[in-house]
Amino acid sequence: MNIESYNAPDSIAEAAQLLQGGNATVVAGGTDLTPQTESGVRQFAATLVNIQRIDEMRGIGVMNGRIRIGGLTTVTDILESKLLADEAPVLVDAADRFASSQIRNASSLAGNLCNASPAGDMCIPLLVLDAEVELACWDGESISTRKVSLERFFTGPGKSVMVAGELMTAIEFPRCANRFVAAFLKSGPRPALEISTVSMGLSCSLTDGVISNVRVAIGAVAPTPLRAKRTEAALEGKVLNEATIQLAVETAGEEVSPIDDVRASAWYRKHLTGVYIRRLLNHVNGS
Amino acid sequence: MSMEVEINFSLNGIATQAHVPPTMTTLAMLREKFDLTGGKLACGEGECGACTVLIDDRTINACLMFAVDCDGREMQTIEGLASASGLAVMQQAFVDHGAIQCGYCMPGMIMQAKYLVEQNSGQQALTRDDIARGLEGNVCRCSGYTKVVDAVAAVVLEENQTGERAS
Repeated sequence: MNIESYNAPDSIAEAAQLLQGGNATVVAGGTDLTPQTESGVRQFAATLVNIQRIDEMRGIGVMNGRIRIGGLTTVTDILESKLLADEAPVLVDAADRFASSQIRNASSLAGNLCNASPAGDMCIPLLVLDAEVELACWDGESISTRKVSLERFFTGPGKSVMVAGELMTAIEFPRCANRFVAAFLKSGPRPALEISTVSMGLSCSLTDGVISNVRVAIGAVAPTPLRAKRTEAALEGKVLNEATIQLAVETAGEEVSPIDDVRASAWYRKHLTGVYIRRLLNHVNGS
Repeated sequence: MSMEVEINFSLNGIATQAHVPPTMTTLAMLREKFDLTGGKLACGEGECGACTVLIDDRTINACLMFAVDCDGREMQTIEGLASASGLAVMQQAFVDHGAIQCGYCMPGMIMQAKYLVEQNSGQQALTRDDIARGLEGNVCRCSGYTKVVDAVAAVVLEENQTGERAS
């Protein structure tokens, strides 16, 4: 496709107007877009909209009692955030295992979510943090926004509920209550630049040995990053002992639907799922 | 005739203007428009780091970044490190420790090493493990990592002894 226009707006309003009609490609860090367009998996639309100059889409803060992260915030910004280290260390842990230094410096959080890879590393911690994403578009006169729970955002590999003309402007999640525990694990042959074989996040509260408010998210085992609802239900309200852990291992193994690919077999991914849920629950018990 | 976009940015400290196609990568611009061929195209996917440059004091893979996005920013490439008085400290350390074999990955490796040491300035000295971790996005297929880590560790040690930024 010949590019007919290139734009670098500096506000969400201007970007939303440029994206109207939908025949546009949004450019941010380029870390996913460039390999996809170079390999031909994806084509540029006639209009390029470089959103990197939109300062209102950067930053990490607290708004209305929730943590709010601008869509253009880089993975390095997340890794270096004191606020997130205190309030959402599970997200910082995942940022620490994300690609390489150079890619963390360029990758935007919204870009990682919009790419909608079943193995996307930011998806898993944000799912267990019960995040929602803010989507903006131009309604003809002004910016119109909607919020979508991240759990309902992904619809398939590379697919989400976003419609043409929409821009992911921010990601929000509740501040965490006392006794909240969350952890993230990721496997691959080397720590750096690895597309996860399996990744898993878990958050919960543990009171007098009873586990509650359980959220489990698993990456690279299904067409989308998976909220493992049956595993959560198997754990909810139980005394966290060996029998409960064994039940969670079995339920999680049944709940995932991994594929064989170059990185691992379906059998191994299922096996790792069991290993990881056990490891995370043992971590909760030890915390 | 396909469209081109005018961009203005600082390239190795010099105010620079370029006209680039909107989908050109930063690496292609450096190599084709400015003949700055230190940064290399190897994997073209951000896996190897051979194209690493500094943009606004952060390293990025120039093969993934759009050249149009350089507009208004400050870029430093390997060609901007040495001065009239000689090689930069990190470059000299790589030479002194025999870290360079075929050399293809070295411009990117040195840019990332310089960034790593500068980022860590004023904090607890980097260990060999920290250095290896910091260079995880740079691949050397001569597999000469030990001497690379030796070179960076020597710069870290020197900085610690003099208490000054040496990179």
